[in-house]
Amino acid sequence: MVKVTIDNISIEVEDGTMILEAARKIGGKIVPPAMCYYSKLKKTGGKCRTCLVKVAESSSRDPRPMPKLVASCSTPVQDGMVVQNITSKEVLDARKAIVEFLLINHPLDCPVCDQAGECDLQDLSFLHGVMATRYEEGRREYPAIDIGSYIKLHMNRCIHCYRCVFVADQLTDQRVHGMFYRSDSMEISTYIQNVVDNDFSGNVIDACPVGALTDRTFRFKSRVWFLKPIDAHRECNKCCGKVTAWMFGNEIYRITGRKDQWGEVEEFICNECRFERKEIKDWFIEGPRKIKRQSVISANKYEKLLKPNQK
Amino acid sequence: MGRKILTGLVTVPGIRSFPVYRGEGGYMSVEKALCEMTPIDIIKEVTKSGLRGRGGAGFPTGLKWSFLDRKPDKPHYLVCNADESEPGTFKDRFLMENMPHLLIEGLIISSFALGANTCYIYVRGEFKYIIGLLNKAIREAYENKFLGENILGTGYSLDIFVHPGAGAYICGEETALLESLKGKRGNPRIKPPFPAYKGLYDCPTVVNNVETIATVGPIIIMGGEEYASIGKGKSTGTKLISACGNINNPGVYEIELGLPVEDFIYSQEYCGGIRDGKRLKAVVAGGSSVPVLPADLILSTPQGQKRLITFESMQEGGFDSGTMLGSGGFIVYNEDQCMVRNTWNFTRFYRHESCGQCSPCREGTGWMEKVLYRIEHGKGKVSDIDLLVSVANKIEGNTICPLGDAAAWPVASAIRHFRHEFEYHIEHPEICNRMDHGKLIEQPAASIKYR
Amino acid sequence: MINHHLYKKEGVNVAFSSKILEKVRLIIKRYPDGKQKSALLPILHIAQEESGGYLNVEIMDYVASLLEIQPIEVYEVATFYTMFNLEKTGTYLIEVCRTGPCAISGGEHILDYLEKKLNIKTGETTSDGLFTLKTTECLGACGNAPVMQVNTEYYEFLSNEKIDLILDTLKKMANGNKPEGSRWVEKF
Ligand SMILES: Cc1cc2nc3c(=O)[nH]c(=O)nc-3n(C[C@H](O)[C@H](O)[C@H](O)COP(=O)(O)O)c2cc1C
Ligand code: SF4
Ligand code: SF4
Ligand code: FES
Ligand code: FES
Repeated sequence: MVKVTIDNISIEVEDGTMILEAARKIGGKIVPPAMCYYSKLKKTGGKCRTCLVKVAESSSRDPRPMPKLVASCSTPVQDGMVVQNITSKEVLDARKAIVEFLLINHPLDCPVCDQAGECDLQDLSFLHGVMATRYEEGRREYPAIDIGSYIKLHMNRCIHCYRCVFVADQLTDQRVHGMFYRSDSMEISTYIQNVVDNDFSGNVIDACPVGALTDRTFRFKSRVWFLKPIDAHRECNKCCGKVTAWMFGNEIYRITGRKDQWGEVEEFICNECRFERKEIKDWFIEGPRKIKRQSVISANKYEKLLKPNQK
Repeated sequence: MGRKILTGLVTVPGIRSFPVYRGEGGYMSVEKALCEMTPIDIIKEVTKSGLRGRGGAGFPTGLKWSFLDRKPDKPHYLVCNADESEPGTFKDRFLMENMPHLLIEGLIISSFALGANTCYIYVRGEFKYIIGLLNKAIREAYENKFLGENILGTGYSLDIFVHPGAGAYICGEETALLESLKGKRGNPRIKPPFPAYKGLYDCPTVVNNVETIATVGPIIIMGGEEYASIGKGKSTGTKLISACGNINNPGVYEIELGLPVEDFIYSQEYCGGIRDGKRLKAVVAGGSSVPVLPADLILSTPQGQKRLITFESMQEGGFDSGTMLGSGGFIVYNEDQCMVRNTWNFTRFYRHESCGQCSPCREGTGWMEKVLYRIEHGKGKVSDIDLLVSVANKIEGNTICPLGDAAAWPVASAIRHFRHEFEYHIEHPEICNRMDHGKLIEQPAASIKYR
Repeated sequence: MINHHLYKKEGVNVAFSSKILEKVRLIIKRYPDGKQKSALLPILHIAQEESGGYLNVEIMDYVASLLEIQPIEVYEVATFYTMFNLEKTGTYLIEVCRTGPCAISGGEHILDYLEKKLNIKTGETTSDGLFTLKTTECLGACGNAPVMQVNTEYYEFLSNEKIDLILDTLKKMANGNKPEGSRWVEKF
């Protein structure tokens, strides 16, 4: 066990733990936001740079600070390490800059995006961003494409976090989509007309932090904040069968994995559970699911709005 | 005349071929190293020489080698970085083209010192012709039993393979290079773990520049102390400087570190002064990634001393009025050149070459390029200048690999030293659409510091 | 800059000759067992040359099968590196270096001249299918600026007169075979 201090709070964690994981153990406001790291997937992280923190003291043996801000999701703790997150202005400024970078090419089409209300980028810009944009140039624009009968890809919204690539690599037996080209023309695609269809491919939707990969069976059916998340399960021979059913009245509008407070699914689920079991009789209902995140879902920001077709 | 440790034999006809090279005393260092020295002796000798990496970062080579995880449970690799894509740098090509055996000699000794039995030379794919030359030289070395099994009867075996890149500047960064060598996209990864622990195929690996490796042979022959006596302070030995741009004699020159920049640019032995009798406006001294300096600051330090070609002297003045030696690619600008267009040009390069992995670099380089394009094409606004500085500052230091910094520095330094040119572009939208239109920019009297 | 278009199979049959397959086998052997993916870049260079200067879907799938990797891994790599062309180009792909050192030494004017002379814009192919004009970034030959490469050969110290000469020679050579020893297979 090693001792690490984050924003003046100390905690003992196992050797080799990443700073971000240690912070999550402490919990609360000092947890750096993460857009590309996904603890359930190996090798993720390090790319988006939203989780940057300052290491004020590297370890008790070598108390020198690290020269640059480091990605907390990919930097292991050392005994006696002192980390600053929200107590460092440098970190907060850098994070603001990163949010700005992530948004300059984002279409900001939240009003027509199915992810709105449960989008990590929305939360991130709400909590860490600046209001006005200084970006006046053209934005990247891609046509939306279907990758298979279940999944829609809006490349415009992608933040290049690679999570979906790792999902396909680690959960499915053959990956047919990937990251192509490079620099700011880098894109997620299938390269040739191809169908992302595999028992576990639907998990890319849950892992995608933004609305780049969305559920075609749910498309435009409703805004998520009008739906009630209910924990449910069924006997499934492919996956754990433990899901969250998003209900409107007695109807299941969509099925997702059960997301924890960091927005990560507790367990991955299969496509049959996700896309093909939309009848209430398919499921054992456990009860309402508490969504603990900052999202507008739980903050009820849109409470007084009426659903468009409810007029 | 400075000493020519690497290039002394370049003019010998046929030096590319094994027999001629051998006849001139080639491969004697291999005999000395493998038969008379232990790997530890070699590392000690290299440490004593004070040799610093010639790839750009200037990290002491002996120290880097001593970090290698020497546990024998995994194979060790030596990878030679011949990706050379930094604009302004073309010294490795010169060395590989003219003295391929010098490189192979260095590779054998270095691999032996590092306990590596396999060595890859990662050459940028555009150098197809060099790849052919290297393969020919390697074949000759095999035929003469300097490569392969049981070299010189010492029981030590080594294979060298040439691996081609395929057009990606970022593959010069060592972790990206190793990814590329595995047949993947050239995405750098976070260090630590350093390649010395987890490199190629997760095995301990050392990545060194071509020139660094080529210097090892001569160091073994002359001894580390002798090598360290050349140069100045912590910048020991000789260095290849590739000079290009508006000078009379562009080319690759071997200099003793410590040579004043002024002598280098103006003496007939080297650059021979500015072409067509023009005046010197600015110099980028270490390949496109380092800050650009105006004439007065490149020739002398802020303290008024002569600026020397050493790692330290180049940095004097810090980021405000210094630069870096980097890979030793001198790009010399005469008074006609437009610094705004040049900055846009470099930024476009970095936008094109960013691997796209991390957000500040992917989005930031694109943003800067678009703003600079606007300024250069007559659509700039006064606020754009500060915006550029701010974006550059936000990229710097927040990325996975140093390409982000390399993209930010040219912009920040050009605005620092040539702000009036940016302002002039914004006020006179029609002024410029070619590099040599810089002469149309009216320079405020106070800023004329041409030399 | 935006690609996002999905490529189609062309319905062509591809396979290397036995001579090339032998070379491929030797290249794979340079890397440790199980790391055959390392041979991807050299083999794609050969594949591109064999399939007429660009990589179509079939040849990439074929390379994937040779290396026992998934086709997607080949597409990802082929789109990352600029030396791989994904679309058909003219017989001669002219790439003019436009990075700083070349640009300050007259590279921009060389590009202007080529556009005028070939009567096409950068990025286009002449109607006879002979020349495609493109720009590229620093070729590592800045001391010999301005520089361009035609397919994979360098042409340095360019001037308008030199361009005239080069284009004439290339036109004459168009139907001839490649000079011996200049193919990728032979370089490896
Ligand atoms: C973006 C980038 C590009 C680089 N390109 C090269 C290169 O083309 N050649 C090279 O030798 N080193 C290059 N380097 C430096 C290498 O990462 C590494 O430091 C070097 O190969 C180490 O060798 P040395 O210690 O012998 O200098 C580059 C670094 C960065 C960040
Ligand atoms: S599509 Fe989504 S998960 Fe995939 S890289 Fe883009 S943002 Fe990440
Ligand atoms: S700084 Fe740029 S080149 Fe380096 S890893 Fe990040 S995106 Fe890639
Ligand atoms: S979450 Fe750490 S870099 Fe993205
Ligand atoms: S800039 Fe053209 S070859 Fe380097």
